[in-house]
Amino acid sequence: MDRKLIFLLAFTGGFVIMSIELLGGRILAPWFGSSVYVWGSIITVFMVALSLGYLIGGRLSLKNPSIKRFGALFIGGALLLGPLYGFGDSLMEAVFTQVEDPRYGSLLASMALFFLPTVMLGMISPYSVRLLVQAKDESGQVAGLLYFVSTFGSALGTLGTSFYFILWFEVDTILLLLSGALLACGALALLAAAPHQEA
Amino acid sequence: MLRALALLLLVLAPALRAEIIHEERSLYRNILVRDLGSERCLLFTVRRSNRNQSCLDLDDPDRLIFPYARMMLSGLLVTPEPKRILMVGLGGGTLPKVFSALTPEATQDLVEIDEAVVTVAKRFFAFKPTAQMTVHVQDARVFLKRAAARGLTWDYIMLDAFTGDYIPEHLMTQEFLEEVSAALTEDGVLVANTFASSALYDAETATYAAVFPALAEVRLDETLNRILVAQKRPFPSAEDRQAAADALRRPLRRFASDPLPLARNFNVAPRFAEDTRLLTDQYAPVNLLQQQ
Repeated sequence: MDRKLIFLLAFTGGFVIMSIELLGGRILAPWFGSSVYVWGSIITVFMVALSLGYLIGGRLSLKNPSIKRFGALFIGGALLLGPLYGFGDSLMEAVFTQVEDPRYGSLLASMALFFLPTVMLGMISPYSVRLLVQAKDESGQVAGLLYFVSTFGSALGTLGTSFYFILWFEVDTILLLLSGALLACGALALLAAAPHQEA
Repeated sequence: MLRALALLLLVLAPALRAEIIHEERSLYRNILVRDLGSERCLLFTVRRSNRNQSCLDLDDPDRLIFPYARMMLSGLLVTPEPKRILMVGLGGGTLPKVFSALTPEATQDLVEIDEAVVTVAKRFFAFKPTAQMTVHVQDARVFLKRAAARGLTWDYIMLDAFTGDYIPEHLMTQEFLEEVSAALTEDGVLVANTFASSALYDAETATYAAVFPALAEVRLDETLNRILVAQKRPFPSAEDRQAAADALRRPLRRFASDPLPLARNFNVAPRFAEDTRLLTDQYAPVNLLQQQ
């Protein structure tokens, strides 16, 4: 039961990460254009943030790993996406006025907007591996399966967003739905954790 | 008769063989320069090969080959003597040349995102920036935002940054058009060539109509392109537009362009479905709509 839940959550995490990355281009375009370096900035920020997230997530899993803390990562991710709705435009305007070069402008803006939530979401994968692995000899297989599920989620997040969501919804609505999905994941994990605590 | 035709074909065949004289992959696209007879064309895609961006007649370099290039002059019917011109999307640099001849004193800011296009225009299309021209290699949205911050305005703005294959989405939204409008003088004109078709067509018209009090479309029988002409104040009367066209006949002769059809086909009430959803920075599935 818990295993299936962890895979479901890792899938959603992967889905959300790539959906946000794709929307990133949309969000930055009005201020920094859609030149190739704008995509370069976004991808760089996501890669750096994910790599740090993997590192921190792995470290975090050493101490008292629990499904409850796992759920907290999702809730944290959802909350860190918050500033995107409220302050996104004023933040990009500030960067735009301060930084003349759109390369560094877009890098700085993607850093400010996407870095923290992506670090948080990057912690999900290593933490999932820790929760799933029961014996040393299966660790590689479990990690492989986990990467399969979360990367497949990323693929669907990319496809869904670029083919359909942007046709159906506004950018803010998609972001809201993604945050909602993360919150739901967090709630599911906390629910799953509850009985264990009572016992 | 048939024999004569066959003979003619035989004579013409070598001259009409298309020859790729330059090919390069820039950061944004594949750029091809193709000679066919005396016509030299700039192409951005290989496969759907008949999408020429810009063409030059090597024997008669002034001749405007494409109807759409002529149609981009429609703004002159309502703003006959522009002083500050802004062109987004350089192509082969054909239109800047025309404006240099028509309005030699006017300054021209030419914004092109792709450095390689500027180089190709200079090398293969005889594009020579004059002292009046400034070329900016930049994204147009960024350029306009910076210009607005410095209070710069233009009285003739041309948007020609769209190809049939990919349309920059952030250059079609209501917010972008509001930025363009802010950069336009009170009696200035915006002329846009956007390649819109299918579901995008209505969305585009509706969005322009929401931003600009005066909107017209120009279509000619000889092409599927349409040009949108927009102003912040009501258009001059049909008589005034006709008079402006008449005045343009002589100077445009050199470019093998007749302005009269532009005045005749200047439709000041372009139609679109009432319930069309506007394109905004939040909602701009431009390329998806184009395919529907």
